[in-house]
Amino acid sequence: MDEQKTVLTPPTSGSSASPNGTPDSSPLKPRMETRGLSVYYGKKVGVGNVTLPIYANKITALIGPSGCGKTTFLRALNRMHDLTPIARVEGEALLDGKNIYAPGVDPVEVRRKIGMVFQKPNPFPTLTIYDNVVAGLKLLGVRRKDVLDEAVERSLAQAALWDEVKDRLRAPGMSLSGGQQQRLCIARALAVEPEVLLMDEPTSALDPISTQAIEDLMSDLKNHVTIAIVTHNMQQAARVSDFTAYFLLGELVEFGPTNQLFTNPKDPRTEAYITGRFG
Amino acid sequence: MSAPVQSPRSFPADGNLRRRQLWNRVMLVLLVLGSLIVVAPLVLVLGAVVMKGIAAINLAFFLEPFRPLDEGGGGLAHAIVGTLLMNLLALLIGGVLGLAGGILLSEYPDHPINPTLRVISDLLNGLPALLKGLVVYAVVVIPTGQFSGYAGALALALIMVPIVLRATEGVLKLVPWSVREAGLALGLPRWRVILSLVLPAATSGVITGLMLGFARAAGEAAPLYFTAGGSQLLTFNLSQQVESLALSIYKYANEPSPLRQEQAWAASLVLTLLVLAASLLARWATRRWTS
Repeated sequence: MDEQKTVLTPPTSGSSASPNGTPDSSPLKPRMETRGLSVYYGKKVGVGNVTLPIYANKITALIGPSGCGKTTFLRALNRMHDLTPIARVEGEALLDGKNIYAPGVDPVEVRRKIGMVFQKPNPFPTLTIYDNVVAGLKLLGVRRKDVLDEAVERSLAQAALWDEVKDRLRAPGMSLSGGQQQRLCIARALAVEPEVLLMDEPTSALDPISTQAIEDLMSDLKNHVTIAIVTHNMQQAARVSDFTAYFLLGELVEFGPTNQLFTNPKDPRTEAYITGRFG
Repeated sequence: MSAPVQSPRSFPADGNLRRRQLWNRVMLVLLVLGSLIVVAPLVLVLGAVVMKGIAAINLAFFLEPFRPLDEGGGGLAHAIVGTLLMNLLALLIGGVLGLAGGILLSEYPDHPINPTLRVISDLLNGLPALLKGLVVYAVVVIPTGQFSGYAGALALALIMVPIVLRATEGVLKLVPWSVREAGLALGLPRWRVILSLVLPAATSGVITGLMLGFARAAGEAAPLYFTAGGSQLLTFNLSQQVESLALSIYKYANEPSPLRQEQAWAASLVLTLLVLAASLLARWATRRWTS
């Protein structure tokens, strides 16, 4: 983790070469980017005017006190607010340079590329472990058994769950423990091979050991996907993320490389939060 | 047990505790009595149906259609066939409409048609079955100039729709919202999520709703008077007049002949068993299909 942090450069530079030439040193380019993104619930502003890059193959943490709009912002990144009738999104959210809110863009296509893991583990209640993982592929029309088998093993391995469940893939997904269920949900999201994985406080309902397992797998996953994670837990953000965005009262206060934001915050409000003076 | 652990019982029973225990017993007795009062009529009815119905049940009852009394009286094959055909068709129509309406109300709560749909459903639910028969009579029987099994099935479907619709809406709303979000986050279209993930999670409730509707419709005689029209002939053709068990029960129970009255009891028994069998079959099929 420390090794990865040392190669970071400020986000303002378009690209960066690693000083020590590790494989992690690919040029820094945004996979997603928001421009003046605001979410309204009725007339209330959920989160306002956020301009933020989410760099490819990096982990971006969204932190802030309860009600600061970090989850609201995250859900705007794969158009989950479309389901809430009173929610309205303004501004742009770009995926690979294309605005996902542009007219004519199908939210279903957007969510195909931008997966999501939720706060509470939510395996499909009627399905087996196997079917939970391939639910996305199967329902999108993949029928070939070898393709599905391969996806199950690959996704469960990526989610660090394969060894624990390989002998009982036909057991109900609900029979797993909470931590395993959450990793099953991560495997399910990975099975459709998204470009971006949004994680909404994925460990808040889990015990420390499961939390550790999920944090470990996040740094492995960086090679395949870009991750944005909402977390209530500052230590977690410091441990796992490359970049951190600090939200307060529906506003983006500060964004920067994680070690910089935590050691040398530019905004006094960020400093107050990370030093534990409130929140 | 080294440390003495006192159960609440071993506390000295002062007046207060004794009074509460007595009150507890009184209430328990009242509850059991109340349950018995509710269940007793049901048991009596079922008992009477079985005792009196079993006498007239024989092979001819199932295999022969109506025959005049001086030819032995025949059986109720025509009514059994008619009941099955009309109810299955009604289940198909009413089930599909009720499911669709329930899904719309639960999954698309802001759809502009929903307030209208809800009013129609409540209206249908409150409308006496007899009037539903008259509606079908006016809309189908008069224009086609003929009573028919199709008209009967339509009337029965109208009875099923509000029952299935309410049950479906209710059980779909019990499926956690997170299931839908999980499905949508995989990039599945909404209809896929509803049909393949939400509905299966509510299967047993939906089946219960369908069976409730089926049972309710199977016992209706009044709406069939103006629609199916009743018949004494065995037919598999629903474009003709068709008999049903409920109709037969009504007619035969009013006849002076002891045989006809026995047949009415037998028809009641068969109808009851039919509903029971349908419900058991549905449960069994659901279990097999989901596991």
